[in-house]
Formats: sequence, structure tokens, C-alpha cells
Amino acid sequence: MKSYDSIIIGGGHNALVCANYLAKSGQKVLIIEALKKFGGLAVDREFFPGFRANTASALNQFSEKIASDLNLSSHGFNSKTDALKNIALDLSQNHVYINEDSVIGVSETDAQNFNQYKSLLKKFADVLKPFWLKSIPRLKNENIKDLLTFVEIGLKIRLMGKEDMREFLRVFSLPTRDLMDEFFDSDLLKAALSWDALIGSSQAPRSPNNSILTLLYRMSGKHQGHYYIPNGGIDSLIDALVSSAEEAGVEFMSETLVKEIIIENSQNGLKAIGVKTHNSEEIKADRIISGVDPKQTFINLVGAHNTEIEFSNRINRLRSNGYVAKFNLALSSLPSFMGLDSLRGRMLIAPTMDSIEFAWDDTKYGDYSQNPVLDMIVPTLFNPSMAPEGKHILSANIMYIPYQKKGGWSEEDKNELTEKIIDTISQYSTNIRDNILHSELLTPLDLETEFNLTGGHWHHGELALDQMLMMRPTYEAAQYRTPIDKLYLCSAGCHPGGGIMGAAGYNAAKEIIK
Amino acid sequence: MNNHNKFSDERLKLSPFHERQAALNVRDAWSVWNGYKFADYYYDAEYEYFCIRNTCGTYDISPMQKYLIKGKDAESMLNRMVTRDISNLAPNRITYVCWCTNEGRMIDDGTIFKIGANEYMLTCGSPNLAWLKKASFGYSSIEIEDLTDTVAAISLQGPTSFSVLDDMGIAGIENLRPFDFITIEFNNSELTISRTGFTGDLGYELWIEKNSAIALWDALYSAGENYGIQPYGETATNMARLEAGFIMPYMEFNEALKTVHFQHDQTPFELNLGWLVDFKKPIFNGRGALLTDKKNGPTYTLTKLDIEGNKPAEASYIYADEKCTKEIGYVTSAMWSPAVKANIAMAMIKTQHLDDELWVEIYYEKELRQYDKVVRCTKQKKPFWMPERAKLTPPRKY
Amino acid sequence: MKKYDAIIIGAGHNGLTNAAYLAKAGLNTLVVEKNDYIGGAAVTRELHKGWFYSNCSYVCSMMRQSIHRDLNLTKHGLILVPYLGTVNFSDDGDTLSAYHSEGPYYNELRARSPHDADAMFRLQADLNRYAQLIRKTLLRTPPDPTSFRPRDIKEMLFLAKEFGALGEQEIYEYIRFFTMSAAEYLDDYFEDDLIKAAMASPGIIGTALGVYSPGSAYILLHHVMGDVDGSIGAWGLARGGMGAISKAIAGALKEHHGEIRTNSPVQKIIVKNGKAIGVALESGEEVYASIIVSNLDAKRTFTKIIDKKDLPQGIYEKAKNFKIRGSSGKVNIALSALPKFNNLPDNKYINRGGQGFTGSLKTMEKAYDCWKRGRWSEDPFIESVIPSAWDPTVAPPGKHWMSNFIQYCPAELADGPWTPEKRDQFGQTVIDKIERYSPGFKDLIVHMEVRTPYEIEKEIGLTEGNIFQGELTIDQLLFNRPFPGYSQYRMPLKNMYMCGSSTHPGGGVSSACGANAAREILIDLKKPNTVPEDDCFDE
Repeated sequence: MKSYDSIIIGGGHNALVCANYLAKSGQKVLIIEALKKFGGLAVDREFFPGFRANTASALNQFSEKIASDLNLSSHGFNSKTDALKNIALDLSQNHVYINEDSVIGVSETDAQNFNQYKSLLKKFADVLKPFWLKSIPRLKNENIKDLLTFVEIGLKIRLMGKEDMREFLRVFSLPTRDLMDEFFDSDLLKAALSWDALIGSSQAPRSPNNSILTLLYRMSGKHQGHYYIPNGGIDSLIDALVSSAEEAGVEFMSETLVKEIIIENSQNGLKAIGVKTHNSEEIKADRIISGVDPKQTFINLVGAHNTEIEFSNRINRLRSNGYVAKFNLALSSLPSFMGLDSLRGRMLIAPTMDSIEFAWDDTKYGDYSQNPVLDMIVPTLFNPSMAPEGKHILSANIMYIPYQKKGGWSEEDKNELTEKIIDTISQYSTNIRDNILHSELLTPLDLETEFNLTGGHWHHGELALDQMLMMRPTYEAAQYRTPIDKLYLCSAGCHPGGGIMGAAGYNAAKEIIK
Repeated sequence: MNNHNKFSDERLKLSPFHERQAALNVRDAWSVWNGYKFADYYYDAEYEYFCIRNTCGTYDISPMQKYLIKGKDAESMLNRMVTRDISNLAPNRITYVCWCTNEGRMIDDGTIFKIGANEYMLTCGSPNLAWLKKASFGYSSIEIEDLTDTVAAISLQGPTSFSVLDDMGIAGIENLRPFDFITIEFNNSELTISRTGFTGDLGYELWIEKNSAIALWDALYSAGENYGIQPYGETATNMARLEAGFIMPYMEFNEALKTVHFQHDQTPFELNLGWLVDFKKPIFNGRGALLTDKKNGPTYTLTKLDIEGNKPAEASYIYADEKCTKEIGYVTSAMWSPAVKANIAMAMIKTQHLDDELWVEIYYEKELRQYDKVVRCTKQKKPFWMPERAKLTPPRKY
Repeated sequence: MKKYDAIIIGAGHNGLTNAAYLAKAGLNTLVVEKNDYIGGAAVTRELHKGWFYSNCSYVCSMMRQSIHRDLNLTKHGLILVPYLGTVNFSDDGDTLSAYHSEGPYYNELRARSPHDADAMFRLQADLNRYAQLIRKTLLRTPPDPTSFRPRDIKEMLFLAKEFGALGEQEIYEYIRFFTMSAAEYLDDYFEDDLIKAAMASPGIIGTALGVYSPGSAYILLHHVMGDVDGSIGAWGLARGGMGAISKAIAGALKEHHGEIRTNSPVQKIIVKNGKAIGVALESGEEVYASIIVSNLDAKRTFTKIIDKKDLPQGIYEKAKNFKIRGSSGKVNIALSALPKFNNLPDNKYINRGGQGFTGSLKTMEKAYDCWKRGRWSEDPFIESVIPSAWDPTVAPPGKHWMSNFIQYCPAELADGPWTPEKRDQFGQTVIDKIERYSPGFKDLIVHMEVRTPYEIEKEIGLTEGNIFQGELTIDQLLFNRPFPGYSQYRMPLKNMYMCGSSTHPGGGVSSACGANAAREILIDLKKPNTVPEDDCFDE
């Protein structure tokens, strides 16, 4: 029987990044994925004959350092594309166009304030940026090197200057609504800028404490948080990661569901020594690295009985219910949107911050939003191969759709929601309905089933202050090591979190190699 | 939701034995334990104490928390929760256990009764249901039933306790060894008798469905009439347990989950309960932290002290020198022991100073005037009170 | 023309405290007040013959004992009596009584959920731990984290030391508590909805957040971190109503020869060369002083009584963005008899605490949803107390007065401005709800005063009627309060200070803001600092 240095469970992008670094350091690595294809949420799926879509349909923050470390460009990943502008759609066709450093369609004051807003947030995002690619040590740790990380964070913040530091300490916890109100008048602009602070979370514009940090996290990408679609689509990133890993000698095993992490009991405590697959095959390795979310890892694969009581309960109480549904349309031709010349952008239907807030209000009580808000992209404009020639797909993210719907999700619910979404889009596009060949709605529950992702949460767990940094997913497992010897984590459930960034995989590999 | 007592007024709950106990509580000396009205003493605490040592007495332990834990995961769950290995516990046996936070701080202590292969009863002094639920998270087959308000319990302690039960006609009682229990039928109810107690003397604890409590009481008092049976309260218990060297919550230890200040709770090693911690088990709550505690040595060690003179050293500091310049610990419980005629105490002493000289500064009152004196303490290894008769099987029949 | 050493604008309890400390230090001190009575929101007013309403604030838990003692408030008539426990009512009429003593309270909880009865011990210990840390900061001036001055560094180290005295796990739990919503935080403890709702309800009192809004757990703490005689979490009533507190502080002020002028609304702070030199009253009179202290909220201070042109750049905007949201209403009712509530035991002690018409977490959150939409809540959270049940001075014998605090009530309605009709409809909503739990309640009403944020602002000047003088969210706490860079009570104009609840440690009848501001003023004047930094209870 073969034995490996490392087995990585799950083939999402963080797992792939981790596999790459480990293999390059000389390890013999096996990576096991339940689905046919690697890539996790970034993977492309054929949702209608000839039509493919990725659940994560664009990139915004993939780490440039990782791309260059792994020389992904030589494996076909070309990120030299322009950022997508965000187009905040307006019913009376006064759309607002938001570019990286300018905004069109708002008052002059708003346009000027946008520059101020952007430069302030950019400054904050830049301060935090280095720390996304670092493990954050435990507090009360007497290790000098660990202490230095905190000193470094403090210093970075202080070096912004007195005024900016003060502003940072105030602004980071603001609800998006308050921040936007301080800068702008335009409802569309305010809602659109709030969007990337909120999507994927259970936060609404009036929720304090967590969303601005999420926004700053997303702004660490090369286009300051703006999305882009690499040449060749998201697939090209996953393909490049796979190809680079193959080149480094990583072994791949797909369509294999890991059922259990094998734990050896000894008088020295517990130690992970291998994995057991769905067909009861046991594969041994010196260490096991979990690229699946923390709840799956510790509750299903390790078992609560193998961790201490507070630990298993802290994992259990992680807030990891997703609130975003994926909605894909197969279209017979390119629809037109009123007042829009080109659909090469990310279109937002969220007319006001209240529209987002009220959409959230429905969801709090277990219903889906009666007036959903959404963003959408037509990926076939960038990567025509995703649909048959001349045909298109539209890929949307819908807020807020609960994972646990009151009374459970039924087919009727999904049909009703589908109609509601199409109605919502139709307010802006008179001909979209005529072009629909097929639609697919993936609720957070569907995402959970499809991708073995607890709660269907994009980030494997809410990006909230108490679930960030050295508290992600919980202390005792936040430096990628776990209470079980030789068991590591490398997923978005760890610092710094989700989004196709690769940082968790990178940080985990660094810790393991160390 | 449990509907009984839904809009309770402020009155305390009454024990199933209350009717009989109230009649005997001529001093109306009541306090409260877990929401129950509960006797401090009935007539005279010292008299009651001597009943424990001389004849026998009953102590109402109905307010103790009693949890029935059933299911095929019961053993695994309990074994992860407590520090001791209970996998070898035989049916009809009982074991004394403690359980800790993941930081190795003691949450509570109690006893586990092994009723059957997948059935245990856990008893303890304070509510632990929330913790038990947390501890059972992740186990598929486990059921926890809180028997506290449905099962009455009474402790029968003292040298004549065996004679009382034997006269009651309880078959097989003579073969019951310490930490054994049997279940028999009584008054159409199941009566469980365990050879356990909190006095360090010969004694039993009796557990019965609450509707049969009065019948049990009457049977005990009828059989016990010639053996000097007497109810005793909290005060006498506290005297007996201190002589026996047993720890008491909020005297020797703070329950960790209710402790406000950091590390003002205790580890089992600090409480001299290291023998309850079994590191051979690959996992139990607090294992990592306790390994460190064992390796580095606990900050404090609970120590039994024999103190010069007769003034109880309550709430005193312990010093390493007669001049009281170096404070090395504090007294947790202290009393004059009527049985052994010694001034005894338990104290938390900084482990690194265990071998130093031990001095205690005692404040005491004499006709309203306050005095203090510094006297020498001697460490005591064994409990102050540990009579042969407590362990003898069969016990002596009077 | 007389020139004072210090003028304090606004005779609220913090303004009076500030003035009392300044006067005690020998300063010639004047407090100017727009109303014909003193006390701001800590008042007792006879609004119906024989009935004395504490018609704004109604309980006292944060009053600092050290100030109470220091200013001799007992001598000046102040007696604080602790609550005996609160009853919470659920949507379906069930009650949960938080009895004063532990055993019965345990039994009451256990009757609903034995699990939760146990978990309550852990919650109390945890809240106690969190409260103790915060309490240590109440009478201290927040450090400026950007500063390298020795005093700021010392204060930062103090905070770090106190925080570091917690265990590692406790620190993470603290962060969790500090940033989470009250409802979600309590999920880790309880399973029963009424117990959760009862415990979460302080998390929304006075704030424009809901039980599910991150940050509401801290608001909860803000309401329960006070104490009466060292018993953390206890609430108390002032004998004679909340006005007794203001009266006692005013007594202390007068003892030290301070002056109070009522009916003297300030129109402007007079500024010359970037220095505050006096106040112009609406009467046209100008009064000068070396030091001007505003006890008004930050928004009112910088947008209403100072000329924008007198302010350094950016301050006006900061003040405009200061979050001070109207979210609460108050209904004060004179009753002909003590009301009887359903599902409560016949127990004479039961009325010696509060009543919480809590409903459930969902009811409270739905009430918040109404507020977000510019409506008052149809099924609001009401927190009530009947002080006359044990205070003989506030209603005629046998008669009673009931204080009802309502969350939520918006400052601005979506359908246009407040009118007397709308105000009365709002009041009707409140008594309708109480009637549900106390049949016949409406028949007992002798007189009723309904106060929406509109009335509160108009009468006592709190912007939007916000009871805290500014939201208690992280962006407005500690060194962020009221604005970053101005948390040490000194304001951007020279010789000008703030001493109201817009400053650290925020809302509540604590006297802490006023005392802290006095400390800074005395330091600037190089006078001996007589303001206590520690509270007298060692816990």
C-alpha cells in the first residue's frame, strides 16, 4: 500500500494551492476530491447540455504572489484582463457605472467623494493586505516572533499617520450604511458599494462590526476589489493550479469521498494517520490536511468524540449558514438591458440600501427575500466556450436566500423563487424571458449538497470579527494546526477566509513546511 | 417545556421528605440547596455530628443532581467528559469522578453508577445539565434524563447504619462493598441502595421514586429507632466531610464554569485529585492542559493540616515563617475535630513551598475582644478520620 | 459684568456633576439650563396633581458609588433602592420572573428549561467578567491610541493589562461577546425563547439596533454592568424619582457655591480667535468664562450652538455624522390602583421590580423592522416599572405611577412629521399591549403622558431623543467617543470641553462623563485632581 507525506482532503482552490507548495517543497502529496473535477466552488458545471457555469463566476482577489510563486502564467492562467465595472441598474435607466477609480452617473459631489472614499479605503486595505498572507498567532503567546506579528500590525496601522489611524479605528466597525451615508447621496451608488461588503454574509447595510473588514479583505485584490474574468475563464485558474501541481508531482484522486479521518489512539494522545474513503479504502499519510470546511472536518470526518468538549461546541456554533443562491440561465441569445450598451460588467439590481436591508429582513425569519437583490454577469462575453456558439449564459448571485428555509425547501419554493428572480431581472430587460432555454437555482442548501459545503456558505463560515484572524475557525485550530497531531486545515474556514484568493492554502502550506 | 410549577412563586421547592423533616426541625433552621428548602441543622449540629460518628443519621440528598445517561454512546461520552477511565467499571459499581474544562479546571465532582451496559447515573452537587448537553454534542445515540425532581435520595451514615438496613430486611445488604449498589423492590418502587457517603464512615445512600419517599423514611425511622437514628443537616455534614478529607464546592474549589476571575478555579492536581486523572486515555476533556499542569506542578496543593491549639483557622493565610513575612497559602476549611480531638484544616499551599515550615495566623474572638496568634501547622497525609468499620464487609451488626 | 471660571451648558446630571467637581476645586462655576427645571433626562416632574413622574430616565444602575460618596449625595437627599427582580411576559402570556434571590430564580428558570437554569450560572459569571473589565474604564479618561504621551501610554498599558489578565479563551470569548448580536450570543447558552428574549432585551434598550444586530450584546452589557452596592447587574430606583439624583448633585454644587441659572437657553458659544470665551443666551445676554463645558450632545453642540465658521475644518462634518438615533419612546401613566397581571403568583414582592413586555426574540426583531421602515412598532418591546409600589413620595397613597419605556419609536416617521394625533396613537399602541397582559389596565389610567423622540428632543434637547446621547457602537465607544481624537473631553476649540453622555463612557445615569471631564479640566488648570478613578467595590 502506498503511503504519502500529505493527504489533502477536498480539491478546492485552497487545497490545490496548498498541494502545490507542499509538493514543491519535496513532499509526496495526494489530493482527494469527491466530485469528478477539481476546483470546489470555482469548478465549472454543465447545467444544461452545452452550457457551463462556475459557481464562483469571476475573480477579484486571487493572490498575485501565489500566481507568481507557482508561475501559473506558464500553466495558462492569464489574469491580464481589465476589471469588470460594476453597473448599478436603475429602473429609469440612469445607471451608475463604477470603475476602479471613477464613477459615472452620479452627481459631481458624489463623483468627487468617490475619490476620497476610494483613497481612504485603499489605504486601509493596503495596511491589512500583508496580513492575509500570514498566520495570525495566538494571543497570550510568549513566542517573540509571534509577538512581532502583532507589533507589526500595530506599527502598520500607526504608520498611516495619526488621522488615518484614528479613522481606521472608527471606520472598520461601521455598518456599510453609515459609511456610505457619510460619503454619498446617490442611493444606487451607496447600495452598489455596499454590495461587496455584504454578499456572502448574513450582514445587511445596517449591521455593524463585520462588513467593512470584509470589504477591505476583498479590496486586497489586484483591482481593488473589482472582479475580473481571466482569459479562458475561471477554469484557466483551476486548470493552471492542477497542471502546476501535476508538474510538481501531486497525485490526484477524484470521485472519492473521504468518509473519515483515521485517528490513532495512543497514550500520547490522538494522531491523524490516514483517511478512509466512501468505499472503505484506507490511505495512510504522515499528515492529513483538510481542505473542507471546519464543521465537516471536525464533526463528520474527525468526530466530536475525538476533540475536547469546548472545541467541538465552538466548531458547532460557528455561524456558517449561507445566504446567497446561485442562479444560472442558459440563453438563446444575448438579452438586452434597458439603457445598457454593453453587458461587459457586473450588473447589480439593488436600487437602495433599504432594498438590501429589507431583503435581509425577510430572511431573518426563515423566508427568502420577497424582493431579492442580485448581481449578475454574462460570462460568455468573456469566455464564449461556456455555451454553444452564439448562445449565452447569465450567472447571478441572489441575496438573501436562507440555507434553512422555514418548513424546508420544496420544488415549488424553488420554482416560485425562480419566477421572482426572472421577474426582477425582467424589470430591467424586456426580452430576457424570451431568451431563456433553461434556468438553474442553487440555494445554499443545494450548494451544501452539491459541494459538500456546510451551510452552503461561500466562506466556510461567516466572516465576522469573532470568526476572523486567530479566532478562525476557532482558537486552537487557527494556525492551521489542530488539537489532533498531524491534522491540519487549509480551507477558507481558516484565516483569512473565503473568496478565490488562495491565502488559506498558502498559509497552511507555510505552517506545515515550517 | 416542563409545565409543572410554571408560574412558581418565590417559595423554595420542598423535598419529598420535607413533611417528616419539617416535623423534626425544631429549630426551623433552613437554608437552600439547588432551589430546595434544606436543613442547616435540626436540633443541634454537634449532636447530629455525633450521631454520625456514634449511631447513625440521615441526610436529605434529594436536591443532589441526578442524571440518567442512556444509549450506546453513553460510555464514550462520559469517558471523554470525566478524567478517570470508566470503561472498566462493572455493573452495579460506582466510581468517584471529576470533570474539567479544556483548560483543566474542575467543573464539578460526582459519582457515576453503572446501571447496565449502556446506562449510567451521574450524581453531583450542582446543576450540570448544560455541560452534559455540550458534552454529548456529536454523539448520535445518547439520552439524558434529569431525575433530580423525580427521584428522592437520602443518605444514611454512621456505625449503626448497616444494622438499620439489615433490620429493614434488605436482602444482600451485608454483601454490599464500598462503591457497590443494589436495586430492590420497596413499596412497589425500585429502591437503589449504594454503599457511598460523604462522611468517611460506614454509610449508605438510598435512591427512590419520590412518591415512595415518605414510606422509605418511615421504614428507616421505624427500624432505626433502636439504633439512634437522627436527621442531620448541612453543618454536621460539613464537619464529617472535613474529618474525612473530602472537598466541598465553594470551600476547596470553585466550579470552573461559574468562576469569574481567571484561574480562580482549580485543577484536580491542585486538589490532590491527581489519582482521578488517567492519562492512559488518549482523549478526555482537559487532557492537554492537565498534562502541562502535572509536568509543571500545580500552583497550589490542597493539604491537610493539624494545627496547634484549638482555635479554628478559618479564612487564614499560611506563612512559611513564624514572623508571617512570606505568605504561601490560605486555609479553605477548618474546625476543631470532636472525634479526633485535633484542630484540623485543609489549606491550599503553594506547591513549591510544601516542604517549608508552615505557620498560620489565626484570628479569634473571646467575649467580643479580637485576638490573633501564630501557630505551627503539621501536614497530615491521611484523612483525619478513616475508621476500619467504614470499609468492613460485611459491616458489624449491633 | 461678572466673569465666571467655568460655564456648563445644560443642567443634566453630568453637567451638574462636572460643575460640582469644578466648584469643589474652587472654581467660580455657573450652570445654564434652558428649561425651568434642572436634571435634563434625570428629572421628577409633577405632571398630574399628586403624581411625580420620572418622565425620561427611570432606573439607575450605573451611578458611580465613589461619586455618590465623594459629592456627599446622601446628605443631599439621595437614596438608591435596588429592584427586587423583573417579570418578563412572552407573546402567549407566559411569565418568567427573574426573582431577586438565587434559589427561587433557579426554580423559575428550571420550570421552563432545566438546561437553561444551569446555563444561567455560566452566563452570569461570564457577564460579570465582561462587566468588571469595562467598569474599570468608566472613571478613566480614554487613552489616545495614536499618542506617545506618557499618560496615554500609561492608560493604554492599563487597558492591555486588564485585558491580558483574562485567560486566552476568555479574551476570544470577550471579542465574540463585544461584537456579536445579543440573540446569537445567547444561543450558546439557552434553548428557551422566553429566557433568551428576556436576557437579550436590554440589548435593544435605547439603541437603533435589533436583537439580531451585531453589537447589541455590548448594549446588553452596558445596561447590566452597573450595580447597586456592588451587586453587578442590579438596577435601582432613586427615592423621589430620578430627579432626586439631579437634585442631590445640584445640592453638592451649591454646597461648593456653584450657581445654576434656569430658563436660560444658550444660543451660541462665543468664540474669539479659536477660543471659547463665553455663551450668548437667547435673551441676548452674554456671559463670559475662562472655560466653557457643553453637556449637550455632540451633534447639538457642534451643529446648533457653535457657528460652523468658528470650528476647525471637518468638525462640523464629524458632528453631522455622529450617530444619535431616536429609537425610544416613553409613556408615563398615573394609575388609580396597582394593576394586576395575568399569570403571576399573588406575591407582594412581584411589583417591586420591573415588568418586561418582551414577547419573543422575533417580536423584538419585528419591532425593529418597523423602526427601520419609519414606523413605530405595532407590537413594541415595553419595559415598565411601578416605582410607587415602594416609593411613597411619587404618587398619592394607594395610587400608582407606571413608567413605560418603549422600543422602538422613530424620530422621523415615513409618512410625515409627528403630530399630536400620531403621538396619541403611539400611546394607544402601548396601553393596548399592556392591557393584553393586564385586563382592566386601561380603566385604571388617571393620566398619561406620551413622549416620542420628537417630544424628548423638543423638551430636553437630546438630538432625536436618543437616551445615550449617541449610539454605543464600536465606532463611538472609548477613544472613538464622540469623535476619534476628541475622546479626552477637550474639544477642538480652546478652553472648550464636553461632559455629556456623548463622551466616554456613554449613556446612563452614571455621573462618569461629567466627573471624567472635570478631571481633564482640573489637569489643564494645573489644579489638584480630586476626581476618583476607581470605583469603591473590589470584586
